[in-house]
This record gives sequence, structure tokens and C-alpha cells, in this order.
Amino acid sequence: MVTTTALEEELRRLAGSVPDPELPVLTLEELGVLRAVRVHDADSVEVDLTPTYTGCPAIEAMSVDIERVLHEHGIREVAVRTVLSPAWSTDDISDEGRRKLREFGIAPPRGGRPTGPVTVELGPTRTTPSAPRPQQTEPVHCPHCGSADTELLSRFSSTACKALRRCLSCREPFDHFKEL
Amino acid sequence: MTASTSETATAAALALGDDALVLSHRLGEWAGHAPVLEEEVALANIALDLLGQARILLSMAGDEDELAYLREERAFRNLQLVEQPNGDFAHTIARQLYFSTYQRLLYTQLAEGTGPFAPLAAKAVKEVEYHQDHAEQWTLRLGDGTDLSHERMRRATEALWRFTGEMFQPVEGVDVDREGMRAAWLESVGDVLRRATLALPEGPASGAWRAGAGRQGLHTESFGRMLAEMQHLHRSHPGATW
Repeated sequence: MVTTTALEEELRRLAGSVPDPELPVLTLEELGVLRAVRVHDADSVEVDLTPTYTGCPAIEAMSVDIERVLHEHGIREVAVRTVLSPAWSTDDISDEGRRKLREFGIAPPRGGRPTGPVTVELGPTRTTPSAPRPQQTEPVHCPHCGSADTELLSRFSSTACKALRRCLSCREPFDHFKEL
Repeated sequence: MTASTSETATAAALALGDDALVLSHRLGEWAGHAPVLEEEVALANIALDLLGQARILLSMAGDEDELAYLREERAFRNLQLVEQPNGDFAHTIARQLYFSTYQRLLYTQLAEGTGPFAPLAAKAVKEVEYHQDHAEQWTLRLGDGTDLSHERMRRATEALWRFTGEMFQPVEGVDVDREGMRAAWLESVGDVLRRATLALPEGPASGAWRAGAGRQGLHTESFGRMLAEMQHLHRSHPGATW
């Protein structure tokens, strides 16, 4: 059985409080990418980190930030390992993390399974379909006005983990953290 | 692990890693040239996902930078499909449709196994679902669009057809049911093309070289030029960092 020492808990809290380099409103703990902190001896620590997306370039900045924070806490040797399994999912984002995303103007991923692409039909132009289609899944709510009446503009937005949408009520465009 | 199984695993990682790396580079060539800004961002993001896969796979085979930047053309093991030039937007979408459908089926099987690729496959398969969805939606939009977009999409699916057979040739160390994959691929791609008012192309799905082509290190003419551009900076400034 794996037991966690008080020191490991303390270091995990420190590592987990590091802000995400791309979405600084979230901490790594809230994003759910911090997997484990193991203390080997008093000044040597191993940290397991998992990437959100396979190609996410932020993981290197995360590693450097964790190393810095733990060094500042007096840990001499910090090794950050990247682990792939089990794969990260947007379900790993905490409720507090979701609340912060919404406040930051990003629609959080919809909770629960199933994940994956949502079928959306493209017309010749990007306009509202003339007849409303039955919603197959929970709608994506506008983070600005809360309306459920939003449309997809592009499956990939400023980063691979987000889609670009537009609110049809307040007309504001916004990013949506895609379900993965 | 014995030397031979380790060599097999290395060769398999190279084949899958080279597919991801080369297609990533091709998609990156759209940066600054895509028809609309959203599409430029989408293609760059798909390229980034593939680059992430390539880094993990090539690191399983050796030093990722050395493998990507210092190998000669004949040492690359990627499918000829992924090295094909971007062509017009329809060609890029046809290449995406063919490859992402294959990769999703491949990773789904690998993720269910216990081999060395299972952790990556389990992670990447969910990303590839978005790549496939992107390709499918564009195929429908172009195929079932104007006369011109329909014609261009038809030409693209036919031009790339002869590179599709190679995807289902066995690769040692990649333990999957290729025949099952081929049947599922034909069904999936055929369904999308039919809904796009197109049809599965007729004619051979491989060229005259039946023994594996890209997997054997035999590549098409444009690949050398692509590599020259991809490797130029690294070769000119060895070890440079920023």
C-alpha cells in the first residue's frame, strides 16, 4: 500500500499550486495534470506530470515551474517525469477549475461521458440552421451571458484543446475547452 | 528484452513516428496559406497533435532530434500517403480523411492491447477523433458543395487512392488485425464519400511496388524536397537552442 507522508502532502500542495502557463487562472492541481509526488530522501523528489494533449508544448514550462517552486522550498534534486497512462481527460478538471474557466471567459468542458467530437453539420455559410435540430448532447453555454444558444465556428481554436464558438444571444465569440 | 524484439519495437516506433512527423510537417506548410484563418489554426493544431505523437514515438526509437533532422530520405519509414504534397485544399482534406480514419482504427486496436504503444495510443486516439471529424465535415462540405468543389474533391480522392493500400500492409511489431482494419476503413470512408455525393475510387489501391514502398524507405519525388526544408535549419546550426 502506498502511503503519503506529511512532507509529500506539503510538496504536492506546493507543486499543485503552480499556475498553468497557458491558462494562469488554473492551477496544475485544478487542471488535474499532477499525478504524484514522491520523496526519495530529504532533498530528492520525483514528480509525475501528465500532458493534457500529446503535443501540448506547455508541459515543459510546467516542469520548469514545478522544479523552481520545489527548489525554493529547499529540495535540492527535483525530477519531473511525464507519464501518459492513464490518459488525462477533461473530466480530471476540478469543479473549482471549471468555475474559474467560465469566469475567465472560456466555456468549460461539459461533464461526464461520452466524450469526443460532436457531430455538427456545416452549411454553405456559417448561419443558424433554419429549423432547430434536436440537441444530441448538453449544449455549450456562453461564458459571458449564460445562453445555451451558441454555435461552433471552428473545431480548433487558439490551442488544440479549445474550439471556437459564438454566442447567438449576446453575439460574443468565445473559446470552449473541448471534451477529451 | 532480447535484441531482436527490441529491434522490432524500434522499427515499429520509427514507422508510426515517421507517419506522424511527416504529416505534421506537411500540415504545417499550410501556415500562412490556408483559405481562412480558422482553418489555418485548425490545421496547425492537428499538426501539433501529430508532432506530439512523433516526439514520443521517435524517443522510443532513439534521439528524437537526430532521427527527425539527421536521417536521409531512404531511412524514413513513413507511408507514402503522408508525404504527398498538400495540393489544393481538397487534396489536403482527402489525405486527412484517409489517414485519420486509418490512424483512429490503428490506435483503437493498439490501445486495447498491452504492447509498448498502448499508453500513447489510448491518449492520442481521442485527439485523432477530432482530426477525423474535421476531415469528414470538410469532405461533406466540399463534395456536396458547388460543382467546382465537388469536382476538386473527387479528383483528390482519386489521386490519393493508390497510396491507401500501403496502410494495411503488416508492420512487424505493430500487432493489429490489418484485414479487420481494412474492412472497417473501407466502410467508414465509403460512408463519408457517399454522403458527400462521391464514391469510393476504383482502381488499384497501391502502385507497382507492392512490397511496402514508404515502409521500405522508398519515397516519392516530392519527399526529398520536403525533408531538405524540414532539416535545413538543424543541419545548418547543429545544436542551436533558444
